[in-house]
Amino acid sequence: MTTNAPTPGPPAIRLEQVTRHYQMGETLVRAADNVTLSIGAGEFVALLGSSGSGKSTLLNLMAGLDRPTSGSIFAHDHNLAEMNSEELARHRSHTIGIVFQAFNLLPRMTLEENVELPLRLAEVERSERTGRVREALNRVRLSARLTHHPSELSGGEQQRAALARALVNRPTILLADEPTGNLDSATGDEIMLLLREINETLGMTIVMVTHEQLRAERFAHRSILMGDGKVVSDGVMS
Amino acid sequence: MMGRDLAELAARNLREAALRNSLTTIGIAVGVASLVAMLSLGVGLQNLASDRLSRTGLFDAIFVTAKPNTPTLRRMENPSPAPLAPVRPLDDDGRHQLEALPNVIAVYPEIRFPTEIHYAGNPYATIVAGVAPSDRNDGAFDQMKGSFFSGPSADEAIVQVELARQLATPPESVIGNEIVLRYAERQALPAESDGKSDGYSIVPREEKLRIVGIIETDPAGGFGAFGRARLFIPLKVAETLRTAQTSDLRDLLRDTPAKRTYDSLTVRLSGASKVKDAEDSIKQMGFAAYSLLDATRSLGLVFAVFDLFLGIFGSLALVVASLGIINTLVMAILERRREIGILKALGAADRDVRRLFFVEAGAMGLLGGILGVLIGWLIGHAINFGTNIYLARRDLPAISVTAVPWWMVAAAIAFSIAVSLVAGLYPASRAARLDPVQALRYE
Repeated sequence: MTTNAPTPGPPAIRLEQVTRHYQMGETLVRAADNVTLSIGAGEFVALLGSSGSGKSTLLNLMAGLDRPTSGSIFAHDHNLAEMNSEELARHRSHTIGIVFQAFNLLPRMTLEENVELPLRLAEVERSERTGRVREALNRVRLSARLTHHPSELSGGEQQRAALARALVNRPTILLADEPTGNLDSATGDEIMLLLREINETLGMTIVMVTHEQLRAERFAHRSILMGDGKVVSDGVMS
Repeated sequence: MMGRDLAELAARNLREAALRNSLTTIGIAVGVASLVAMLSLGVGLQNLASDRLSRTGLFDAIFVTAKPNTPTLRRMENPSPAPLAPVRPLDDDGRHQLEALPNVIAVYPEIRFPTEIHYAGNPYATIVAGVAPSDRNDGAFDQMKGSFFSGPSADEAIVQVELARQLATPPESVIGNEIVLRYAERQALPAESDGKSDGYSIVPREEKLRIVGIIETDPAGGFGAFGRARLFIPLKVAETLRTAQTSDLRDLLRDTPAKRTYDSLTVRLSGASKVKDAEDSIKQMGFAAYSLLDATRSLGLVFAVFDLFLGIFGSLALVVASLGIINTLVMAILERRREIGILKALGAADRDVRRLFFVEAGAMGLLGGILGVLIGWLIGHAINFGTNIYLARRDLPAISVTAVPWWMVAAAIAFSIAVSLVAGLYPASRAARLDPVQALRYE
């Protein structure tokens, strides 16, 4: 089911000699160690690696949730390392959509309210919001579940709702941290198909952290293997 | 985040931990209620004191006398003092000049004289006082039995209750009955060949009056009063009687003994705020003038300090309540750690998170403030109710010892919000600083 890799556009994300070190007691943890890579616009990239390899750290750095110890991270030529916290929040709000393994929907809000939340944070006019929420939920085929709470949905539906929430602000880059990690195989495939559809129809750059190499090979255009905070291999799928 | 979205999210968060937030809000309400109750008592007592004192007529009146010209100690030490300025007598010319001053509503002498009265054929010795129409508002007439004088020149009298008890049993039965007043009238002697009058004679006279009312106490009627009068007649009537006064002896020694002078005059003004200017003008006329203006200022100062201390004690409960807000919001951070991480991942800035917690603290302050003012107001009413039951049992008139003016309502709610926001400072800044990566890992 591997798709043909599109010709990469100008870099959507570029990392130059990025390091992220943590001090844990006496030990210095090198979660990202001098990483340099470039992800073109419209690419679907899988970040692979075992637990502790630094792939989630890299994703958090791209999201602007974390700051590098050194090096530069460019998102559409804007250096995240030089941004203040307000600018990083704007980057997360307008440029990035994030999906988590644990879905992270707010349990007391309905689906509609959960998906509307990024629009509130981005100060989108109220009159525009309903249409945007419907559009995002239509894309993940959940428009019939607007008033349901997350607890009333299956795992797959929750992850689709999280995907709708990530898409509602029309970001250019979608970051997914183990999006199928909490799902069974069939449901996981559904989510992967949805991600690929988004990538193909919207031309959205997708960076997905996963430890499932086979699934990565089936759906992504390119896989980057991480180990001990370094890029071990970086290859386009055949 | 826009204001309305912030308010909606804050309201949702407050509803989600309804019990804890309600208890915190009630804590604030108790604090505000204690503050409002204390201040309302302070303001109420101040109003009561001001009202009672203003009704004595002491605070909008100036007491005028002729300027004393006795030598001062410094003058006596000086071997060649300059001659003393002639004393301006306080006569009818002076009285008319005083009446012409701006904001003056009445100028009247203090007329009190010893007399003998006859009631039902029996004589009684007492002191009679003239009562000016402006004294009608004096608190002494509040609980009066019968009525005030029907007119400024009515041949009527009001008796003090002790005298009424001597006159008849029950004392109320004197109302409507006649009383005979025996007094000494001052009569000028006819002018001699040089056109000057050498003096006057004292002639006994009688005046029939009808008793119209009974009062408990002597109305203050200015502060030149001496001796406790027990029979009161209209001032105009008292003036027409031309009774012999203590100043008559002084008049006798003047060049013009027939020209009457006054011991003192009371100048009544349209308000206490007019006293200072009028007092200065009277002094410039060459008279001595005294007022209780300084006493009024001191009273204001005493109550300001009193209110300040009541406010401080009342605020203590609000300070304790603010610790409840800090506790509630810190607990909320722990509970909503992951939610804060999600908000930040979705694009919330530190500022948004801080404002969200501020709005929640402010909302608790607002609700607690409104509830607290309501409770404080009810406590005030309960204090009034209890006080009036106590007073009623002692046959005393009802009063209001507490007051909650609008400024206090607004100030208490504003103070409650301000204290809540200050209490929310630490939790809000802690929530805003939360590392989103750590928060999202939190289970």
